[in-house]
Amino acid sequence: MKMNGAQMVCEALIAEGVKTVFGYPGGAIMNVYDEIYKQDGFEHILNRHEQASVHAADGYARATGDVGVAMVTSGPGFTNAVTGLATAYMDSIPMVVISGQVPLSLIGTDGFQEIDAVGISRPCTKHNYLVRELSELPRIMKEAFHIARTGRPGPVLVDIPKDITAEFGEFVYPESVDIPSFKPTVKGNKRQIEKAIEAILKAKKPLLYIGGGVTLSDSSDLVRKIAEMGQIPAVETLMARGVMGAKNPLLQGMLGMHGNYSSNMAMSETDLVISLGARFDDRVTGKLSEFAKYADIIHVDIDPANIGKLVDVDYPIVGDLANVLEKFIEGLEGKIKPERYTDWREVLERYDNLHPQSYVDSDEVIKPQWAIERIGELLGEQAIITSDVGQHQMWAAQHYPFDRPRQWINSGGLGTMGFGFPAALGAKKAFPEKTVVNITGDGSILMNVQELVTAAEYKIPVINIILNNHFLGMVRQWQTFFYEERYSETDLSFQPNFKALAEACHGIGYDVTTKAEFDAAIKDAIEKDKVAFINVQVARFENVLPMVPAAGALYNMMLPKKEDNTKGEK
Amino acid sequence: MENVRRVISVLVENESSVLSRISGLFAGRGYNIETLTVAPVPNSNLSHITIVTKGSARVLEQITKQLHKLVPVYKVIEHDEMVEKEMVLVKFPIEESLADIEALCSAYNGGIVNVGVNICIGMVADEPCRVRHFLEATQRYNPIEIVRGGVVAIER
Repeated sequence: MKMNGAQMVCEALIAEGVKTVFGYPGGAIMNVYDEIYKQDGFEHILNRHEQASVHAADGYARATGDVGVAMVTSGPGFTNAVTGLATAYMDSIPMVVISGQVPLSLIGTDGFQEIDAVGISRPCTKHNYLVRELSELPRIMKEAFHIARTGRPGPVLVDIPKDITAEFGEFVYPESVDIPSFKPTVKGNKRQIEKAIEAILKAKKPLLYIGGGVTLSDSSDLVRKIAEMGQIPAVETLMARGVMGAKNPLLQGMLGMHGNYSSNMAMSETDLVISLGARFDDRVTGKLSEFAKYADIIHVDIDPANIGKLVDVDYPIVGDLANVLEKFIEGLEGKIKPERYTDWREVLERYDNLHPQSYVDSDEVIKPQWAIERIGELLGEQAIITSDVGQHQMWAAQHYPFDRPRQWINSGGLGTMGFGFPAALGAKKAFPEKTVVNITGDGSILMNVQELVTAAEYKIPVINIILNNHFLGMVRQWQTFFYEERYSETDLSFQPNFKALAEACHGIGYDVTTKAEFDAAIKDAIEKDKVAFINVQVARFENVLPMVPAAGALYNMMLPKKEDNTKGEK
Repeated sequence: MENVRRVISVLVENESSVLSRISGLFAGRGYNIETLTVAPVPNSNLSHITIVTKGSARVLEQITKQLHKLVPVYKVIEHDEMVEKEMVLVKFPIEESLADIEALCSAYNGGIVNVGVNICIGMVADEPCRVRHFLEATQRYNPIEIVRGGVVAIER
């Protein structure tokens, strides 16, 4: 069929099953927007900033597992999208971002709104394309989706000059992809798998170290099964919260800088780390030479470059987790004896009893940890929780009872403030029947606050719970601990009226200072079914604990005090 | 960990942005490039890139793996058994003894390739360590300019 490049883009998106595109028009992408106007194969959501469009597509992808799609114009449209691309890249999120570019004849002339998008995005995309001929466009679109979702997922940018979207040509969407240089290893090496199984059977203190790859590969059921079969204790990274289920007695908790005591001690004392889709991030390992010092390491990962990058691995297995885990289960079936690890489980239970994840509640002021637990009690398993970055993010990861993967959506690798609200919009578009809550702070929420308008216009009723301590809290915490309380540029006491701000943008706002008001606000926000800001005054100087100081050994944790450690401020 | 020298050949799709992908990967991840040469492979849509790098065993392993991850990269070959050659051009003042320079160049598989009014140009193609020796030897003939071509290598 003959059509222009813009229409080809739309046809390709429809052929890929895309239901929702998040974007923002502009000069170089106008041809495509003209075709979007004419079609009804997918919905377009007009965010109020390109960064939010990309985060929304990202949130959609994290909630569903499908490829998220965002569309932006050239120049500033594209540069605004870069933070979104980098966020998705660091967390391996499948996404296709389409950007307009100046016409081919203007490329290299510093034309209006020209910027080298492929050059800028190279280090923060899995792959990127500048379309140079119309005839390449269908193949490139097909490849972009294939690369985004195949192997270790990631964002792909397709940069399309304006004259190409205007040009007419024959459109045939390829049925299959042929990229000889891109063939990720899916099946794990049989011999290595056998050796790893022997190691598990021989270990006395094995530990499942569960990373975001389990969520991405939708293999949490298999992980749970292995844990059950051998009654093997497990720890989750920030990106894997929900994989084991909060109520699972084998789950020690989250490990790392803000991991709980028994998780970090488990990692410090285990004799066999079974790493599943995790990448030994510095926020997880602490001081590398002390990390899992007594353990052999099995490392299963789809990306060979993750294996041996930071720690020496005894049993490297490159492959798709679901595929490898099935082989593990076959090999362990009937052989693995839960009794073998009874002593180990008891040790960890004693650790957990010694220093459980705890905080001291207060009757005078809302503790942020209480707020998170309360949200969990009220909304539980059905809700999707997104977060921004900082103290509230860590408290959410520590205290929310996540019961399933893809329930917890946050920017782990890049740590992007401003991610949570647009990501929540994406998740809510994907699952309108679920309650979607963005747990945020008074710092982060302002970084994409314009999305109030998007949420109101499209009636995407996500609830933003602002844990407001009038501080850039996590930086303040470091200043308290490591900079002798010099609170350089972290005091956010000068703030907008959040309630009025939400209402000015056609949403609904609540000011909350008591526990009763907190419950009432959440219930009312759900009932009103509108985008909401719940501005919660929380204890100002509360710290996220436990904490392993950067580059410290995991077993050297600063632990929560048993009595109230707030300074009595509201 | 001790840094070792390594020659890596990379076969890539011959497309416009591929060199920036490779050099960007090295720059972005802090890997070292000593020399880098690129040329198309005859009768194909591939290019052959030869990179000489230095790093610890862990870094060298990462370099290979990260190169593999780039979509246009077909093949990464880490050379152990190989023939390695580097070309070098040296410009000398015409006042120097042409016979001496000719003899020096031919001792390193080369010769004088151009003679002008004021200068002569010697060319040598040899193993990188021999090229180094050659350049040391040229010093007494007051070289005006030296251009090294970077290493190319092929498996034995």
